[in-house]
Amino acid sequence: MEILCHKVASGCASGPALATKEPISFLGNVDPNTGVVVDPAHELFGQCIAGKVLIFPGGKGSTVGSYVIYQLKKRNAAPAAMINLRSEPIVAVGAIISGIPLVDRVPEEIMQIVGGTWIEVDADHGLVRI
Amino acid sequence: MYLSREEEAICRGDHGPTLQKMMNILVALGEIYGAERLVPVRSAQIAGVSFKNIGDAGLQWISDLDGRVLVPSILNPSGMDLYRWKDMGIAEEFAYKQQAIIDAYRKLGVTIDCTCTPYQLYDSLASRGDHLAWSESSAVSYANSVIGAMTNREGGPSALAAALIGKTPLYGYHLDENRMPTHLVEIDYELIGADYGAVGFLVGEMVKDGVPIFHLQSRPNSDELKALGASMAASGSVALYYVENVTPPAPAGAEPEEKITLDRADIDDVYRNYSGRDADIIALGCPHCSMQELEQLAGLLEGKTVQKELWICTARKIAESCPELVAKIEASGAKVFCDTCMVVSPASERYKKMMVNSGKALIYIPGLCGVRAGFGTMKECIDVALGRN
Repeated sequence: MEILCHKVASGCASGPALATKEPISFLGNVDPNTGVVVDPAHELFGQCIAGKVLIFPGGKGSTVGSYVIYQLKKRNAAPAAMINLRSEPIVAVGAIISGIPLVDRVPEEIMQIVGGTWIEVDADHGLVRI
Repeated sequence: MYLSREEEAICRGDHGPTLQKMMNILVALGEIYGAERLVPVRSAQIAGVSFKNIGDAGLQWISDLDGRVLVPSILNPSGMDLYRWKDMGIAEEFAYKQQAIIDAYRKLGVTIDCTCTPYQLYDSLASRGDHLAWSESSAVSYANSVIGAMTNREGGPSALAAALIGKTPLYGYHLDENRMPTHLVEIDYELIGADYGAVGFLVGEMVKDGVPIFHLQSRPNSDELKALGASMAASGSVALYYVENVTPPAPAGAEPEEKITLDRADIDDVYRNYSGRDADIIALGCPHCSMQELEQLAGLLEGKTVQKELWICTARKIAESCPELVAKIEASGAKVFCDTCMVVSPASERYKKMMVNSGKALIYIPGLCGVRAGFGTMKECIDVALGRN
């Protein structure tokens, strides 16, 4: 299945899906060295976002989150790609400076995808393939 | 978003990977916020400087960049006085990393002035009607409101992107339609000094990201406007305000829909609820002290000896322009620190309670430093430092 989307940060990558209905604050919610979600209050607590196609509504919190995404990438602990309902500047800037494909403006149903389903994000063509 | 042929070439990577990423940041933000095009900026003020805030991740990112800024660009306060960090009790490892961040910015052509008050240092960074890419929330508020320039509140990377490309996406506070007042604030008695910080503390919380227009009995000076804007940007996210007959006027046409009235009791409550008498440190200069404020402090401290730790934070250029005032202040045992402030330096963390005369510091100190905060006028703060309470 192909879903149309809007490119925020270019590139093409694939991986197993990891979805949450909760926004993510990369500063505070995620360990910048391992990619494990460390905030006990977050739906993804204990899960590792490294190598996943991370699906979440959007970012929140401190703008330092952009740098955290960059550090994750440098430590090979970043998501392979990200999908937002609506990207905001923290995650958009983080994805661009880190070279992680990021798309948004997808239908909300995508949040219900079964964890581990293989997904390809082709930001340059504005497509998500499931 | 419309891009010129030149801008498209940068996007494709014709001018190297750093500029490509920078242009992609500007385009992505422009698309998120519905900008029609990019607009040239006169200057940039870049956040993401204190190692305490951006950590190894930020240091790594800035160090990996390769380019030169195209417009005059200066920095936010760093995590320490770049020369007297040992006097602040900063650990050597932190100082090393902080210096590496500064060096990385220097390599990009950024001027190493670390301050939240660029307008106190240079007239050439912003004039009425200029488009800017500034980051620090109180500087953004001052530029938009008091100078009448136009800037959004940029994050570190987007301000640096604007500095290296020389442009910013045209949206938000760059457009008159978003600069209309939303709330009329009436205060029917004369405010002075720290009262403005207290008013900002209250109003920011009420108007959130609105655009208040103040109808005042008193005529605030530039330091008072600085304090008012700084605390509204901290308790809310106010990036623009007006003071009738004082600041450049609002665009014609719009009448604010909401009205707020404050009286003496509301403002007195701020002082009462946040007493600073039991503080173990007093820190002034949020935003950074002007020369006029250093003059007032020198007057209050001359010939006296402080009983408690007292920090005065300012920009290096300001301190260097009035060495005799700095000497008078420091003769009392107070310390004048440059390039940094109590909010962004880890040096604050070893104290239990900090007394400030800034509505902004009052809001940020507990959360960012884990230190309780008290509030008073400049005079009250100095009295506490002198052990007169």
